[in-house]
Amino acid sequence: MIRLRRLLPGGSWLSAYAFLYVVFLYLPVMFLPIFSVNTAATPKFPLNGFTWKWYEGLLRTPELVEAAWNSLIVGVSAAILSTIFGILAARAITRYRFPGRRPINGLIMAPLVLPEIIIAISLLLVVLRLGIGLSLFTVMLGHVLICIPYSMTVLTSGFEGFDRSLEEASADLGESAFGTFRRVTLPMVMPAIISSLLVSFTISLDEFMIAFFLSGTEATLPIYIWGQLRFAAKLPGVLALGTLLLVASFVLMAIAEMLRRRAASRTHNEGGLYV
Amino acid sequence: MTAAADQSQPLVSGRKSKSGLLRTEIMQGLALISPTFLYAFILLVLPIVVVLAHSFWTQHYLTVDRTFTLANYRAALGEPMYRDLLWRSLRISLVVSGLTVFFAYPIAYYISFYGGRRKGLWLFLITIPFWTSYLLRIMSWKVILGYNGVLNSALMGLGILHEPSPALLYNSSAVVITLTHAWAAFAVLPIFVALEKVDRTLIEAAADLGDGPLRAFLRVTLPLSVPGIVSALLIVMIPTVGDFVTPKLVGGKDGMMIANAIQVQFGRAANWPLGAALSVTTMIVVSLMAGAAVFLIRTVARLAR
Repeated sequence: MIRLRRLLPGGSWLSAYAFLYVVFLYLPVMFLPIFSVNTAATPKFPLNGFTWKWYEGLLRTPELVEAAWNSLIVGVSAAILSTIFGILAARAITRYRFPGRRPINGLIMAPLVLPEIIIAISLLLVVLRLGIGLSLFTVMLGHVLICIPYSMTVLTSGFEGFDRSLEEASADLGESAFGTFRRVTLPMVMPAIISSLLVSFTISLDEFMIAFFLSGTEATLPIYIWGQLRFAAKLPGVLALGTLLLVASFVLMAIAEMLRRRAASRTHNEGGLYV
Repeated sequence: MTAAADQSQPLVSGRKSKSGLLRTEIMQGLALISPTFLYAFILLVLPIVVVLAHSFWTQHYLTVDRTFTLANYRAALGEPMYRDLLWRSLRISLVVSGLTVFFAYPIAYYISFYGGRRKGLWLFLITIPFWTSYLLRIMSWKVILGYNGVLNSALMGLGILHEPSPALLYNSSAVVITLTHAWAAFAVLPIFVALEKVDRTLIEAAADLGDGPLRAFLRVTLPLSVPGIVSALLIVMIPTVGDFVTPKLVGGKDGMMIANAIQVQFGRAANWPLGAALSVTTMIVVSLMAGAAVFLIRTVARLAR
């Protein structure tokens, strides 16, 4: 490795570049928390003073509390459903060989690379044609569709490298198929399952495009933010709400990543969400 | 990102494949995957077929006339407004995907070759902002580039500007900057995966045969990472064409994209068939552009070797 280093171009330049790149990634997002605790109503420098008043204002907004509640309902149901669908598909992909395995996998993963507006308007057309009213339920259906690929990725990496002989041993020792699943398989893949739940919930919580087209009168949090963006005076409150959403996403994804790593080390598998 | 699912090999080798056993194997696999497959089929394939069908129909207020017509496509391709929007969308998504890949390559290279044991941490650091709400990331650029925004107040504080410049926000450059930032992580990952697969001994061999570091990079590492570059380009290019939130929030009149027109057809204008035709046209044109880009990159890579 040390020998290899000398054969590579520009190490120190790259370190500096990597640092700048991370700054570029984080700096814009950091302005939200900074201005959410600033006393001035417009986000500009120099900062005026520190205040929590924009956060306190949030609690006194009933529509916001309702939107948060809606987001929670949609997020939890989407997370559970997409994880169930993900478990079934990931298990089938990693454990069985059957005709059409690749195209089916490709179809399930397709929402990842399709423009979201195509997914949103095609679902909207069907929903309108069938005469089903737009509601939180239709938003949830759309969210499940786009969460499944992420659930699949997390779960496949959790199921992969899983030592089959453990299941066989359990079966040989007289455990039923369900008993083997519950007592051997499930504990091994549990971190991946929780990780999938957290990832899907975070995606649903932050998702805007599908919620924009498929929600009826009930707003989710991003839809509520969108509505508030028209009013310049509401900006500090939106920044405060945005900061809370940022923190929630950060925390959930950090936990998901920790669990994923634990699952990976348990099954001696290095792959994962990122690879 | 689909790599993990694609590469997994089912662990069925080493077992005697009696035909009965194999059949149950197939049946069990299909039975397990069918709920997810059906869900994706009913909520993705069927709706797209419905969109395709609508694009050949006509709408009179609330009733849809199902006689076959190409009028929507004539409007989508012929009317200057839609043609301009489509053209601009393609240009923006091409520039954005090119820029993201250009900026992402060195960082993916750095993580892969210099990351050492902290590779996972680096990837986590890069991807975390991507998991935050898309809407919020666009909003932060609005805060930065706005008339009363961060950049203007900073430039004035430094004495570079005497009054706020309105030129920062509401144009296609603002859209390009915002999208490039929003999709950064998406480009890093596929390139990183490709670089991880580059056999390190090949670089040593190139060096032993007299290539300097730069030459070895250009002749070994770069060509071998082309698949990563290609998928990074596609994974950014295709979704960005269909974005309407960024143009709406930071694009202004000159930054509008085709997705804004599609949204209007499904909203205020309520002309679903035209909206459907615009969507189908966009998908086909972006696929063609993506195909051309892939072909071009592969050709250049082959010639360079």
